[in-house]
Amino acid sequence: MNGKPRIGVYVCHCGTNIAGTVDVEEVVKFAETLPDVTVARNYSYMCSDPGQALIVDDIEKAGLNRVVVASCSPRMHEPTFRKTLLSGGLNPYFLEMANIREQCSWVHPDPIAATEKAKRLVEAAVVKSRRLEPLDAKEVDVEPSCLIIGAGIAGIQSALDIADAGFKVYLVEKEPSVGGHMIQLDKTFPTLDCSACIMTPKMVDVANHPNIELMTYSQVEEIGGYIGNFDIKVRKKSRFVDIDKCTGCGICAEECRMAGRFPNEFDENMGMRGAIYMPFPQAVPAKYTIDKESCLFLTKGKCGESPKCKDACQAGAVNFDLEDEIVEFKVGTIIVATGYDVFDARLKPEYAYGVYDNVLTALEFERLVNASGPTGGKVTMIERGKKKKKKGAEEEAPKVPESITFIQCVGSRDKSVGNEYCSRVCCMYTAKLAHLVKDKVGHDCEVTVFYMDVRAFGKGFEEFYDRVRREGVKYIRGNPSEIYKKGDKLIVKAEDTLTSTPLEHETDMVVLSVGLVPRRDNREIIDLLKLSQTSDLFYMEAHPKLRPVDTASDGVYLAGVCQGPKDIPDAVAQAKGAASAAMIPMASGKVKVEAQTSFVNEDTCRGCGFCVELCPYTAIELVEVNRMGWPVKVARVNEALCKGCGACAAACLSGSIQQRSFKDWQLLPQIEALGVK
Amino acid sequence: MCAEELDFVEKYDLLGCIQCGRCTGGCPVALRTDLRVRCFMYDTQNEERLEEISEKPEIWDCTTCYTCAARCPKGLEPLEVLIGLRSLQIEEGKVQPTVRDALESIFKDGNPWGSPRAKRLDWASDLDVKVLEPEAEETTDVLLFICCTDCYDPRVMKVAQALIKVLNAAGVDYGLIGEDESCCGSEVRRLGEEGLFEMCDEENVELLNSFNVNRIVAISPHCYNTLKKEYHGLKVPVLHYTELVAELLEEGKLEIPKEIAKVVTYHDPCFLGKQNDIYDEPRYIITRIPGVEFKEFDRCRERSLCCEGGGGKMWVESESKEERLAEIRIEDAKEMGAQVVAVACPFCLLTLEDATKVKGVEEEMQVMDILELLAEAL
Repeated sequence: MNGKPRIGVYVCHCGTNIAGTVDVEEVVKFAETLPDVTVARNYSYMCSDPGQALIVDDIEKAGLNRVVVASCSPRMHEPTFRKTLLSGGLNPYFLEMANIREQCSWVHPDPIAATEKAKRLVEAAVVKSRRLEPLDAKEVDVEPSCLIIGAGIAGIQSALDIADAGFKVYLVEKEPSVGGHMIQLDKTFPTLDCSACIMTPKMVDVANHPNIELMTYSQVEEIGGYIGNFDIKVRKKSRFVDIDKCTGCGICAEECRMAGRFPNEFDENMGMRGAIYMPFPQAVPAKYTIDKESCLFLTKGKCGESPKCKDACQAGAVNFDLEDEIVEFKVGTIIVATGYDVFDARLKPEYAYGVYDNVLTALEFERLVNASGPTGGKVTMIERGKKKKKKGAEEEAPKVPESITFIQCVGSRDKSVGNEYCSRVCCMYTAKLAHLVKDKVGHDCEVTVFYMDVRAFGKGFEEFYDRVRREGVKYIRGNPSEIYKKGDKLIVKAEDTLTSTPLEHETDMVVLSVGLVPRRDNREIIDLLKLSQTSDLFYMEAHPKLRPVDTASDGVYLAGVCQGPKDIPDAVAQAKGAASAAMIPMASGKVKVEAQTSFVNEDTCRGCGFCVELCPYTAIELVEVNRMGWPVKVARVNEALCKGCGACAAACLSGSIQQRSFKDWQLLPQIEALGVK
Repeated sequence: MCAEELDFVEKYDLLGCIQCGRCTGGCPVALRTDLRVRCFMYDTQNEERLEEISEKPEIWDCTTCYTCAARCPKGLEPLEVLIGLRSLQIEEGKVQPTVRDALESIFKDGNPWGSPRAKRLDWASDLDVKVLEPEAEETTDVLLFICCTDCYDPRVMKVAQALIKVLNAAGVDYGLIGEDESCCGSEVRRLGEEGLFEMCDEENVELLNSFNVNRIVAISPHCYNTLKKEYHGLKVPVLHYTELVAELLEEGKLEIPKEIAKVVTYHDPCFLGKQNDIYDEPRYIITRIPGVEFKEFDRCRERSLCCEGGGGKMWVESESKEERLAEIRIEDAKEMGAQVVAVACPFCLLTLEDATKVKGVEEEMQVMDILELLAEAL
C-alpha cells in the first residue's frame, strides 16, 4: 500500500461484555491521539450490519487504508471484518484486531485497570497495523472425490449422500463387512424399528452405488497432501478368498476343520465361527474371509491332506496365494467416521464381569436377543467357554432366566475410570432391552433397572420410558456397588436411595449398560490426519457449537460417535452434515488456502531442520539447493499445507522463516508498544 | 472449634456428590447397622446441623474399609466425612470410655492396649534380634515396623515371631526399633483424634528418619497404609511384609522345604487390597507353599468383605442383631471346605479367629497369618 497510513480504530461495546468494564469512550479518545489515526469510533456491536457499515463508510469517505477493530477474539470475527474491508475496497489483510474482551474485560474486574489495558492493546494494534502488507489468498483446485473412513451408519450415510450428489466416494472399512455397531443391535429405541431391517438396505446401496468404491477388510495406511488434493494409500488385506468368484454359498465354512472353534467378534465373542467365515448372514459384501490367525493351513502350513474349504469351493474362490493389495488414489475431502468401542467392563472389577458367566454387557445382550445371534434370539442363561458337544450327544435345554437386572452408567459419568461424560444412549437402550425382555422372555420375567438419573431427552424418549415402566419394569434409584454370588443367584448390592434402604437384590442375570468410549485404535487415525482430541479423547471438532463437523484440518470432517457419544438419529444427522460440508469445496471446485503462511529466506537458512520437526502440518521439508556451487540443505514451505500457526517462525534460530503478517519487523514493535522491551 | 475446620462442603468436596448411592450400596456394614453414608454426604452440606448430625451413633459404625471411596464415581471419600464428624465428637469429649482409654494409652505409652512401653519388645525376648541405633554409620537393609497389636497381644505376637523366623531363613539384614517404637496412629486418625495423629506423624517421622536403613517394612497393613500415604516427610520407601516376602521368594532367597497339605483360602485385608492394590503378593506366597490347595472366596480381591476390625472398631462395638461380617466370612470359608483362612493383618486375624469360636468351627478351621503358615513350612 502506497502512501501514508490512514488508520480507523473501532472500539466495540459488545453490549455490556466490554463496555460494562472498559470505558470505551476513553479508549476512543486515547486512540484519536495516536499517530496516523484518522478516525476513532465506538459502537454497541461492531459485528452487526450497521457496525460494519460504519467501517465501509469511513473507508470510502475518510480514505482509510488500515482498520483496527478492538473487540473480541479474532477466532470468531476476523473473517467477518476481513469481508468488511473487502467490501470497502481494501485488501482484507489490512485488518488488525485487538482482543479487549476475552483478554481484558472478561478477566479483569477493575474498570480502571481494564481500561488502561484496553488502551495498551489498541495502541499495539495500531502500531502493527501501520506495518501490515496486502496479501493474496491463493486458490487450489479440489478433486471431486471423498475418502470416508469407517462404514458404520455414519460413514454409510455420508457416502450415500455424497455419491447421490454425483461425487466419487471411496468408502474404507476395516472389518470384513460394512455395518458397524448398528447392525449388531436388535431393535432401536424409542421406535423399536428392527435395526437390521432399516440398516441392510443402506448396506446394500453402498455396495451397489456406481459412485462408491467400497473397500472392506481394508485400512488407510498413508494420507498426504492437503484440502482438494489428498494422496491416499489403502491396504486391502487379503481374505484368501477371491471375492469376484465367491458366491457366498457357505459350504467352505461348513467344511472348515476349525468350524465353531473361534469366538465370533460380531457376536461379541458369544457365538462361534471357523477359520473361514462370514461374520453374519446379512454381511456386505456377502463374501467369505479366512482369518489367517486361526486358519490351520496359514498358521501350520498344513490342513489335513489338503484344505477342506478349498476342496469344497465349487467356484474356485479360495486361494491361499492371494496377497494384500495396495491401492493409491487422490481425493479432495476426507470424512472420518470410525465410531467407538464399548466400555471394557473389566475395569469395574466390583461388577465381576468376566468372573460370572451371567454378567453380560449390553452389547452381548443385544446379540442374545437377536434372531441372528448365538442363541437364535432366545434369552437363556449362558455358559461361557463351553466346548461344543459331539454330534448326537444330548444337550440339556438351557435355563431361561426368571429375573434380569440392568445396571446403568457402567463406565460413564465415572471419574474412577477416566470417563466423566454421559454416554447419552445407555438410559434409552436399557429401557429398550428391558422392554424386549418383557416382550421375548415373557411378562413373568422380573426386570429391574438400577439407575441414578434417567436421561430421556430425545424425541419420543420420555414417552418410551413411561411405557416401559408401565410394562412392569422396576426402576430402583441407586447405582449398585457390587455383584457377588449366593448359591445359584447373583446378588446385586445396592442402596435404594429413595428410601435409604440397602439391598441385596437377587437375580439370575445382570446386564451392564456399558458406555461408549473412544476406539482403542484411535491413535492410528490421529497419526494419519493429525486430529486433535477433546479431554474425553474423542476427536475434536473445529468449534463445539458452530463447526461441529469440521476439524482443525481443512477438508477433513467428522461424523458419528468418533466425535462424541450419540444415538443413531444424531449420528445420521451429523453424517449428513459432514457430507454437506465436504461437498462445499467439491461443488465449488476451488478452495482458498491460508494467506498468512510462512516462507523461508533460503540464503540465510542453515538447514537445521528444527522447523521441520516442529511443524504440526508436515508443511516444511528440507530440500537441497545450490549455494554458490555448494549443495546445501534448506527448509522449504509447502504453502498449501501451511496453516499459519507460526510455530516455525517463533522457533527459527536464524530468523530465516518468517510468517506473513507476523514478520519480526511487524510483530516486535507491537510487542514493544505493550511495554515489553 | 475454629470455623475453617467446620467447612465440610469444601474439605470433602460435598458439592461433587451426585447421590448415586454407590457408597452406601457398597458399604459392608450398611446391611447390619443404621449407617447410610450417602445421607451424610447430603446432610453435612448444612453446616448449621453438623453438631446435631455428629451426635448420630452410626458414625461410629464405619470400619473405614474405603469401599465407599473406591466405588465413588466422582472421586470423593465419603468415609472421611464420618471421620470429620467423629472429630467434632472427640473435641467435645463425647467419646466412649474404651476409645478414650485407647487414645490416652497411645499418648502415654505409645500403644492403644494400655501396656507399658518397657514391655514393647517382650515378644522377641527369646529371639536374637538386632535393635537399631539411631544415626548408625552402617546401613541396615530393612527396618521392621511392628504393630502395637503384634507387640502386646499374646495371639498376634506369634505373627511377629514368625516374621523373624522367615527373615532369618532368608538371610535378610534387618533391625527393630525396640522400646522407642510408637503406635503409627492409623486408628487414632480414624477415630477422629486429629491432634494426636499429627503428633504420631511428626514424632514417628523424626524417629524413623533417624535410622540408617534402605526401607521400612510394616507388618500390619494399617501401619503400612499410614506410613506410606499419610505421613509427611519419610525418607525411605515403605513396604508391606507380603511385598518383601514375595520378593525373597522370587529372587530365590527363601526356600520352603516342608509341605502343608491343607485347603487354604485368603481373606484380603481392606487396608492391603482395596486401599493399596496389593492382591497378588499374598496369593503368590501362599501358592508357593508346597502341598497347599488354594481356594478363593467368591468375594475376593476388589470385592472382598471387610472383617470390621479397622476404623477404631477394636474399641467400638456396633449394635446390631445381624450377623457379624467376620462370621459370614467364616461360614463362607467353611462352605468351601477351607482348613486355613490365611490373613495378612492383625485385626483380621483377631476378628476372624473370634468368629470361628462363635461359629464353633475352631477345631476344624484355623485362622493364621500368612507368616505363620510360611514359618510352619520352614
